[in-house]
Amino acid sequence: MAGVRILVGTRKGAFILTSDEGRKKWDVSGPHFAGWEIYHLKGSPVNPDRIYASQSSGWFGQQIQRSDDGGKTWEPVDNKFVYDGVPGTHQWYDGTPHPWEFKRVWHLEPSLTDPDTVYAGAEDAALFRTTDGGKSWTELSGLRGHGSGAHWMPGAGGMCLHTILLDPVDPKRIFIAISAAGAFRTDDGGETWKPINRGLKSEHIPDPHAEVGHCVHRLALHPARPNVLFMQKHWDVMRSNDAGDSWHEVSGNLPTDFGFVIDVHAHEPETIYVVPIKSDSEHFPADGQLRVWRSRTGGKDWEALTKGLPQSNCYVNVLRDAMSIDRLESCGIYFGTTGGQVYASSDAGDSWTAIVRDLPAVLSVEAQTL
Amino acid sequence: MHAKVNGEVTLTVDGAVTQRSLLDALEQQYPVLRGTIRDHTTQKRRPFLRFFACQQDLSHEAPDAPLPEAVAHGAQPFLIVGAIAGG
Repeated sequence: MAGVRILVGTRKGAFILTSDEGRKKWDVSGPHFAGWEIYHLKGSPVNPDRIYASQSSGWFGQQIQRSDDGGKTWEPVDNKFVYDGVPGTHQWYDGTPHPWEFKRVWHLEPSLTDPDTVYAGAEDAALFRTTDGGKSWTELSGLRGHGSGAHWMPGAGGMCLHTILLDPVDPKRIFIAISAAGAFRTDDGGETWKPINRGLKSEHIPDPHAEVGHCVHRLALHPARPNVLFMQKHWDVMRSNDAGDSWHEVSGNLPTDFGFVIDVHAHEPETIYVVPIKSDSEHFPADGQLRVWRSRTGGKDWEALTKGLPQSNCYVNVLRDAMSIDRLESCGIYFGTTGGQVYASSDAGDSWTAIVRDLPAVLSVEAQTL
Repeated sequence: MHAKVNGEVTLTVDGAVTQRSLLDALEQQYPVLRGTIRDHTTQKRRPFLRFFACQQDLSHEAPDAPLPEAVAHGAQPFLIVGAIAGG
C-alpha cells in the first residue's frame, strides 16, 4: 500500500511522520538526535529506506548520519569536509577578505540513480560528494574555484550552499544556489561551473545587475521539464525557460515577493507554490495571515490558499528547505514553520491541516512517496 | 553519544602525555570523535569545548605542553567539557 514519509529537521532534533495514502492520520517518531540541529534529511530516490541526515551543534560540530531502515536506526558516517587545496578567501560582510571555513552541511541531495552517491551543500559555500555511502567526502572544487569565488559574500544566514538540483534527464547537469552568491550550473558533472544569474536584479548591491552577489533563497524544477527553473530570490520570484541562462520575474500579483520556499506540483509543471513573507526585516507573513500562494500558470497569476491555515496572529517563518511535495495521484504539499507546525495538504493546496504542532523550529521538510 | 561511551575512558598514550597525544589516542580508539573535539583541518579545540584537569583550566595551554603528572599517571581525569553558553 502506498504511503508517505515526511522527514522533518528542526533546531533540536529530527522527526519522522508517516501516513498511508489517505494522509489523514499521522504517526510521529522522534526526536531523533535530540538537542542537535538537524538542518536536513533526505532519502535516496532509488532506495527510500536509505536516508542521510545532517546533524550539527555549536559544541561538537558536524556529523552525518545514515539510516538503512527508513529512519528507525542510524549510524554516523564520515564527517570530514575538507576544502580542496588552499581554501583562499571570500568577502566578509565588511568587504574584507575572509578565509573559507567549514561550518556545517545545509543540504544533502542523494543521487537519482545510486544510493551511495550523495551531494552535500556546505557553509562556507562549497559542494561535496560521496560515492561510498558517506564513508568519505570530496569537494567538487571547480565551483568554489570559479573565478568569482573571492567575491562571494555571506547572506544574513551565513554563506551557505543550500540548494542542489540534479537534472533527471542529463546526469552531468547540476544546479546549485548560494546565499548570497547566486545560482550556478555545471554541464560536466561538477568539474566546471558557470553562474546563471542573468536577469536577476538586486537593490542595495554595488552593481544591481552583477553576475554574482544575488541572494538566491531557493530553486525548484519539475522533473519532466528540467530546463524550466523557478526561483525564490531574497525579493522577487523568478523563472527561467533556458536552464538558468536567463531569468524573468513572475512575482505578478503576490502581496509581497520576499520569501524563502518555492516548489512545483508533482504532476503539473506549471503549478508552483510560494509562501510570501512580509519583508527582509519582518520574517513573518503579512497581516498575521499564513497563506500559501499557488500559480497554475507558471507564475504571474497567483491565488491565495488559506483553508485550514491560521488567518490571524500568525507570525512564523517558513525557511528555504521547509517545503516539499509527494507524488501521489492527488499531490500532497507539506511545509514546516519556525513555530514548530508542519502543515499538509492532500489536495494540491486547496485545504490544509497541521499534522504536528509545537515541534522545535522547523529547518527542513522532505516528503518521501513510498 | 556517537562513540557509545559512558563517562570515563582510560587511554594508553605512547611517549609524552600532552593534549595532542592524549586526543590522538582518544580519536584512535573512537574514530567517530574525530572533528568533534578538534577541527579536522586546523586541529584547534572547538570553541565551545574546554579542557580541565587537577582544578585547572588547560583550554589555552599549548597542545604539546606536558599535562600534569597526575593525569599522565591516571590518578586524575582529563576533562573535556561542553561550555555553558547562551543566554
